[in-house]
Amino acid sequence: MDNTGKRPRVGLFVTCLVDLIRPTVGFAAVKLLEDAGCIVEVPAAQVCCGQPAYNSGDRADARDVARAVIEAFEGFDYVVAPSGSCAGMIRLHYPELFAEDAAMMPRVHHLANRTHELVSFLVDVMGVKFVAARYDGTITYHDSCSGLREMGVKAQPRALLGTVAGLTIKELPGAETCCGFGGTFCVKYPEISNRMVGDKAKDVAGTGADTLLAGDLGCLMNMAGKFTRDGVDVKVRHVAEVLADMAGDVPPIGRAK
Amino acid sequence: MSLALHPTSKAFKANARAALKNETLQRAMGHLGFAQKRLEAVGRLPEFEALRDQARDIKNHTLQHLDFYLEHYEEKLRQSGGEVHWCRTPEEARQAILSICRSVGARTITKGKTMVAEEIALNPFLEANGVAPVETDLGEYIIQLRDEPPSHIIAPAIHVTKEQVADTFLEKHAAYGKTKLLSEPREMLEEARGILREKFLGADVGLTGANFLIAETGSSIIVTNEGNGDLTQLLPRVHIVLATPEKMVPTLEDVSTILRLLARSATGQEFSVYTTVSTGPKRPQDIDGPEQYHVVILDNGRTAMLGTAFQDMLRCIRCSACLNHCPVYNAIGGHAYGWVYPGPMGSVLTPGLIGVDQAGALPNASTFCGKCESVCPMKIPLPGMMRHWREREYEQRLSPPAQRWGLAAWAFAAKRPRLYRLLTGLAARVLGLWGRRHGNMHNLPLAGGWTQFRDFPAPEGKTFHQLWSERGQR
Ligand code: SF4
Repeated sequence: MDNTGKRPRVGLFVTCLVDLIRPTVGFAAVKLLEDAGCIVEVPAAQVCCGQPAYNSGDRADARDVARAVIEAFEGFDYVVAPSGSCAGMIRLHYPELFAEDAAMMPRVHHLANRTHELVSFLVDVMGVKFVAARYDGTITYHDSCSGLREMGVKAQPRALLGTVAGLTIKELPGAETCCGFGGTFCVKYPEISNRMVGDKAKDVAGTGADTLLAGDLGCLMNMAGKFTRDGVDVKVRHVAEVLADMAGDVPPIGRAK
Repeated sequence: MSLALHPTSKAFKANARAALKNETLQRAMGHLGFAQKRLEAVGRLPEFEALRDQARDIKNHTLQHLDFYLEHYEEKLRQSGGEVHWCRTPEEARQAILSICRSVGARTITKGKTMVAEEIALNPFLEANGVAPVETDLGEYIIQLRDEPPSHIIAPAIHVTKEQVADTFLEKHAAYGKTKLLSEPREMLEEARGILREKFLGADVGLTGANFLIAETGSSIIVTNEGNGDLTQLLPRVHIVLATPEKMVPTLEDVSTILRLLARSATGQEFSVYTTVSTGPKRPQDIDGPEQYHVVILDNGRTAMLGTAFQDMLRCIRCSACLNHCPVYNAIGGHAYGWVYPGPMGSVLTPGLIGVDQAGALPNASTFCGKCESVCPMKIPLPGMMRHWREREYEQRLSPPAQRWGLAAWAFAAKRPRLYRLLTGLAARVLGLWGRRHGNMHNLPLAGGWTQFRDFPAPEGKTFHQLWSERGQR
């Protein structure tokens, strides 16, 4: 990577799930961003993007939580999240959330316009063409909905995965079909969600891949949880773990050491 | 059975559960091939995306000046000898249709496919008043025989298997001397056609829906694949069009733009087999056509959506692409939604028409995966509008108490970063230890919805923020 220009200051939005369940994804993001030439900082005041409240129809709480994010991430060149869903929330939905608050709007847009999903940021903004990583195995890739349809994440992870030594990609039929997570949906409508993730498990198993990757921890936990429950022998990981060469640091999601 | 008369949207959850367990339904729903066909059709039309923008703009413009276009339409229609009946409520629409039937002493009425007739529960009403409705669309005919509501807006009998159709025909066609159990769809079609042909000839009134109303010419348009609509509206003495105000489009040229999207989005056809324009009754120089041409325009809450967060929904052309691509609809079928319109478009429309207190579950039953919006030819922001319904539900305190408390507890912590860190640190540690042996948990208090079908992956043991500060902030 060419570092002769000014190194951008990136605020890492860790996301609440990565913080709680899988910090390794956060460290993988830090490594990938630093390798790409960024200066990475992690504002301590961050909690959550507010999506649980927003999607439950609770705009007031969503706005309060969002306001804290806007304050915490003021002044960075970019804000990057290892999640298309959280990045999409900030980039596309914050402006809608504060539509009635004219005074906030400049700050909202300022943040929204510089917020990115991790892998697309690396490729599209930082111009990363390859990663120094090794993963011996055949992977398949699920396109998480928000990343795909809100943030345009599709080719970027495949491009970088193509440069990982030892790794083979097998495309997943129905890769763009929702896995049934949907935030609170999966607990509000467990039977429907189960059907959707069950279909996904069949598609994944059908590829013959030994590992499933995706860019959003919510979807990954949903699929990993279904796999272990139903005995589907496919490892599940966040794409950043593989790209950062950190798959050796932790067992796959939902598996023991 | 009419869902408009007996809505079950409140029982959506139980309906969905039953639908998932219904093996016949699951078999019938298994080969819904519309999505793949749409993909291929769109691939063959490079300007498809540009057309979507145009179509959206046409409808937005029309909705902005709807009163003007409706008046213009009525004037043109009058000039061609037709009559408009404005109806605010389903009851008004039913009465308008009945009085037209009575004025000509009608005993039977043939019907082309119309969802608006479902919305006003027209069939049971006509039957009760001595007018026999005969469905002429094959799918509608099948479910009429079976006394079921449609489960899809363009393929009403999609929930019925071939074998079930054969059984139904055997039972109901015996009256016409048909007593053979059929196995080939072709034979079933022929048998139904033979019976319907007689009914076409004997009907006094023909009723169709309208895909579009054209202000410029005072015309209505229907698109069909079976040609039944043409017979329905040409053979009887009276043609009634049952429409709603948002079907309005300014000009014929506008319609042709939208028609290029409609069939491709619906079934992946370039065009439907029949596109039929009707303008007024038969003129002296016409060789056929009805003597009377009536257009019943039912509002039923639609114009009240103008100027609200739900106005965009009025762009809908009922193509069904959002249903065909919806993973939830595909899993449970249309009846589970409990009212007339299922799938994503129904989840937005139904709370608007029968109230969010009745239909609040529908806009909640979405992962917001966004597939519907991405295929909607009219670019209707369906997930965004489902979220607006959730907001209304939350404001009116209609959402389930457990959900509200959970949300309140989460919000309390999420607004206090220090408390939040304390709690997540604790949770990561406890759950990490608990799940260490297997890497996941089989049961988790308060998370039954999750662990009923899935294991819960164990956390690594410390939160990212703990580890980050341990490493020394950089
Ligand atoms: S909402 Fe869009 S995709 Fe769904 S039926 Fe209406 S026009 Fe078609």
